[in-house]
Amino acid sequence: MTLLTLDLFLVGCGVVLAAVGALIAWDTTHPQRWGSAIFWLLLAVAVGLGKWLPPIAVGYAVLGLTSLVATKRVGAPQFARGDSAELTKRAEVLGNRLLWPVLWVPVVAIVGGAGLDWVKFGDVSLVNPKQVAQIALGLGCIIGLATALRTTGERPLAAAREGGRLLQLLSWSLILPAMLAALGGIMAKAGVGGVIAGLVATALPVQFPLVAVVAYCGGMVLFTVLLGNAFAAFPVMTLGVGLPFIVQVHGGDPAVMGALGMLSGYCGTLVTPMAANFNIVPARLLELKDNYAVIKAQVPFAGAIWLFNVGVMYGCVY
Amino acid sequence: MITLFGMLVVVMGFALRANPLLVVVAGGLTTGVAAGFSFNEVVAMIGQFFTDNRALMLPIIFMVPIVGVLERHGLQERVAMLIRRATAATAGRVLWGYQLLRGFTSMFGLSIGNHAAMVRPLIAPMAEGAELVRPGTPSPQSRDEIRAHAAAAENVGNFFSDDIFVAVGALLLIKAFFDNAGVAVALSDLKLWSLPTALWVVLVGWWRYRRLDARLKKTGAEAKERAP
Repeated sequence: MTLLTLDLFLVGCGVVLAAVGALIAWDTTHPQRWGSAIFWLLLAVAVGLGKWLPPIAVGYAVLGLTSLVATKRVGAPQFARGDSAELTKRAEVLGNRLLWPVLWVPVVAIVGGAGLDWVKFGDVSLVNPKQVAQIALGLGCIIGLATALRTTGERPLAAAREGGRLLQLLSWSLILPAMLAALGGIMAKAGVGGVIAGLVATALPVQFPLVAVVAYCGGMVLFTVLLGNAFAAFPVMTLGVGLPFIVQVHGGDPAVMGALGMLSGYCGTLVTPMAANFNIVPARLLELKDNYAVIKAQVPFAGAIWLFNVGVMYGCVY
Repeated sequence: MITLFGMLVVVMGFALRANPLLVVVAGGLTTGVAAGFSFNEVVAMIGQFFTDNRALMLPIIFMVPIVGVLERHGLQERVAMLIRRATAATAGRVLWGYQLLRGFTSMFGLSIGNHAAMVRPLIAPMAEGAELVRPGTPSPQSRDEIRAHAAAAENVGNFFSDDIFVAVGALLLIKAFFDNAGVAVALSDLKLWSLPTALWVVLVGWWRYRRLDARLKKTGAEAKERAP
């Protein structure tokens, strides 16, 4: 038995989302009051209670969220940025005490992640070792929030209001990462990976060592771009191209191939909107006008790193 | 071949700039139905995968109330104020420093932050704050460019230095995959062959952030010329 489970923290997430939805329903000046309120309340149910609901109910809830977004019924009011001079004055009052709550989060997450799974009371353990990193992060956030409220003298309602302000900036992009995982899972069940790996192997002259390396590293990028996740692309490309051609035909070293292959996949992660939590969510969170601005900044990084990976792999794998 | 139809929907959807959430859900439904599952089976799959992966939202949902409350009391202004005291700071140097720190800690399998916990509250305001000391306060366009590079510093620092000293994630996954496939691979070799790229991204970062600083300096000088 474990005391703190991830599900408990997800119920906590549901409570936060429900508070955000309730505040929107309360707000008569909200431009898209009912569509937005329903969106956040429905998401609160799906996130908080998802584990105890039948999958098909959660599935239809997700379709409901998607259709609210697709018909443009979810929006955010124009939030006043706050008077800059006023904020500077407030910042002088609290000074560096403003930073501590933010810094507590990683400290607790790292220390807790290293130590919490050792805590046991007889047969009852505090956390499941598999979930310890996420639970330590959740605990860090709770401590950070308590410190933030104490420092600023705000009430918990303010936390829901200000959290809601940022969540509404994120809007649909918040659930995109989970939906991409769903898309990847469905594609795996449908056998999409094997079909594409077969196409690559028949279309390219992989009997040449250099072509095999470029096809493998390029396939990792292409697949990561399409699936949004290098971890999903890795087994497909390694089974389809890497092991049969680089290792078996040309006698390459699998350790060199595996390490640099995965790193080539990350170059794909840098340039794909499918890796939403790395590329699209931050663009929304940082209030950029262009949803693709982060990807555009990362394209030169990806190109330079990918070429280096291909060079090192070709030079060292055989 | 018909199984690739869902992939086509995704590519077309992104090309037409449709809402990404709609594109992904439509792609999932198409893929499942094309593979011969019934509509309700696919919806249940979506529900199950959503439930299994909803913990991805936890760091953001728990972090935004903290950041939101502190921002109302001047967090971003305070961070900008601190960095302005360091006169040698430029946006590019701040971001390069963060990328190095993020990469170095991730070599030990530690994650010191993400976009919600570090970039929005601390790193982006620091980089913007560094530009405010110099002629021509950042225009909205330069500001967006600084912020986009702040997100890039987080991603690049996070991805390319994984696990080199202490393996907790990607390299264990590679090792597990090769074990399952019956190929003998030593974890120490995987760590060794991840090192060259980790060093290379430090140089690539240096190049990219220097270019960013050069562009900011140019637009800043132009803005100053136009001003009376």
